[in-house]
Amino acid sequence: MSVTVRIPTILRTYTGGNAEVSGEGATLRDVLAKLDADYPGIGARILDESGKIRRFVNVYVGEEDVRFAEGLDTPAPQGAQISIIPAVAGG
Amino acid sequence: MSHDFGPAVALSCRECGARYPLGPSFACLECFGPLEAAYEFGRVTREDIAAGPASIWRYRSLLPVPADVASKPNMNPGWTQLVRAGNLGRALGIRSLHVKDDSGNPTHSFKDRVVAIAVEAARTFGFHTLSCSSTGNLAGAVTAAAARAGLDACVFIPADLEEAKIAMARVFGGRLIGIDGSYDEVNRFCSELIGDPLGDKWGFVNVNLRPYYAEGSKTLAYEIAEQLGWRLPEQIVIPIASGSQLTKIDKGFKELIALGLVEDTPYKVFGAQAAGCSPVSAAYKAGHDVVQPVKPDTIAKSLAIGNPADGPYVLDIARRTGGAVEDVTDAEVVAAIKLLASTEGIFAETAGGVTVGVLKKLVETGRLDPEAETVVLNTGDGLKTLDAIAGESSRPTAVIKPSLDAFRAAV
Repeated sequence: MSVTVRIPTILRTYTGGNAEVSGEGATLRDVLAKLDADYPGIGARILDESGKIRRFVNVYVGEEDVRFAEGLDTPAPQGAQISIIPAVAGG
Repeated sequence: MSHDFGPAVALSCRECGARYPLGPSFACLECFGPLEAAYEFGRVTREDIAAGPASIWRYRSLLPVPADVASKPNMNPGWTQLVRAGNLGRALGIRSLHVKDDSGNPTHSFKDRVVAIAVEAARTFGFHTLSCSSTGNLAGAVTAAAARAGLDACVFIPADLEEAKIAMARVFGGRLIGIDGSYDEVNRFCSELIGDPLGDKWGFVNVNLRPYYAEGSKTLAYEIAEQLGWRLPEQIVIPIASGSQLTKIDKGFKELIALGLVEDTPYKVFGAQAAGCSPVSAAYKAGHDVVQPVKPDTIAKSLAIGNPADGPYVLDIARRTGGAVEDVTDAEVVAAIKLLASTEGIFAETAGGVTVGVLKKLVETGRLDPEAETVVLNTGDGLKTLDAIAGESSRPTAVIKPSLDAFRAAV
C-alpha cells in the first residue's frame, strides 16, 4: 500500500530536508525497508542492530502508537500516515 | 555566537555517549537517545553555596546557566521547606521522616525549578515564545515565568484538566491550547510542531529545551542534602510522571558525592505511580528494562503520562540503588492526601497523595526500612486538585444556628 511517512527533523538529512516522503508496504516493517532502500542509512537510525524499533523512537500508524498494535507487523493501510518521533520529550 | 551555559560544556547522549555542541536539540542523531547537559565543574564549596540566594540560584555553579542568572527577571524558585514530619512518621512507624514540600514554589509546584532553567536557555537561544506540553502544573509555571521574563507563551494541555490548573495557567496571559486527547497525544503533537515552520522558532521547555530544563530537578537533591546538614538521605520516595525528576535527583546526589560536598553514603530511590497509570511500576514488577506504554485513567492527572520518556532510566536507578517502584489506587491517593494534611498541615495535590500512599505501602510491605532516614516529596499544591477530595471534604463538619445550645448539641 502507498503511505506517507513523516520524518523528524533529526532524520531529514537523509531525505534531502523533506519533512514528508511517500512510502510503500503492507506492514510497517515493509515500509521501513523500502524507506531505507530509498534513503540509504535511515533504517539503522530507526531500528537497532537486532532489527527492533530503538528504545527512544515512537512510531505511529495514523493515530496509533505501534506498541499498542502489532509493532513492526502493524498493517500499513492505503493512504495511512506514518510518523516517526523522538520519544525523549515531555514530563 | 557563543552561548554562556556556565559549567555546562556540551550535550551528551545518555544512551550512546555521542557529544554535541550546546544548542536547542534534545535527541541523539545516532540513536534517538536523550541528550543531557555535560559539565566541567570548577571548585564548589559548601560555603559558596550557603552564601548564595535562598533560591535554586545558590546552586548556579552546578547548573547550565550563566553566573549572573539571578540578576535577570525570573521567578526565583526553590529553597522550599524540608519539613520534619514526626507526626506522619509516627502514624506510619517511620523513625525519621521529612517531607520536601515543593508546594511552596511561586506557582505551587516543583515545575518552577525546571522552567527557570529553560527560560534562561530560551533567552540564550533567542526564542521569543515559550511553549510546552503539560499535564497542568507546567502550563502555569511556563505562563508565569514567561510573563515575568517578557516572553510570549503558548502552552498545550489535555482539554480535560482540572479547572484550577487551567485558570492558573490562563491568568498569567499567553495562549493556552486544549488538545482533545491524552497528555501523550499532546506531547506527540508538540514534538511534531517543533519540526514544522509553525513552531521551529519556539522554545518548548520539555522538548527542544529539555536537556537544560530537566537539570532543574537536580536542585531538589541539592536542597535536600544541604537541608539535612550536607548528608544524603538513606531512602527517598519520588513520584513518576515522565521519570525525569527521579533520574535528575539521582544525578544530583551523584554530583554532590563526586564534588566532595557530601559523604559517599548509600541511598535507595523509590518511585511512585498511580495504579491507573503505572507503566514503570508494571515493568519493575515484571523484571523488564523497557516500559510498555499504557492509556492512563487516574485522578492523579499530573502523573498521567502513559508513555514516560525516562521510564527505562527510572528502572535502572531503582534497581541499582536497591529501591523499588510501586503504585497505589485512587482511593489510597485520597486517603494519603488526608493523612499528610491531618498529620503535618501540608495540603498535597494528587501527585503528593500518590507518593505518600506509596511510602505507606512500602513500609507496610517491608520494602522500606522504618529505621532509616527517609525523605518523601510533595511536588504540588492540593488547591489545584480540589476535585480529588470533593464531596464531604467540601462541606463544614457541622452546620448549626449561632447559639451556644446548638453548639452544645452538635458536640
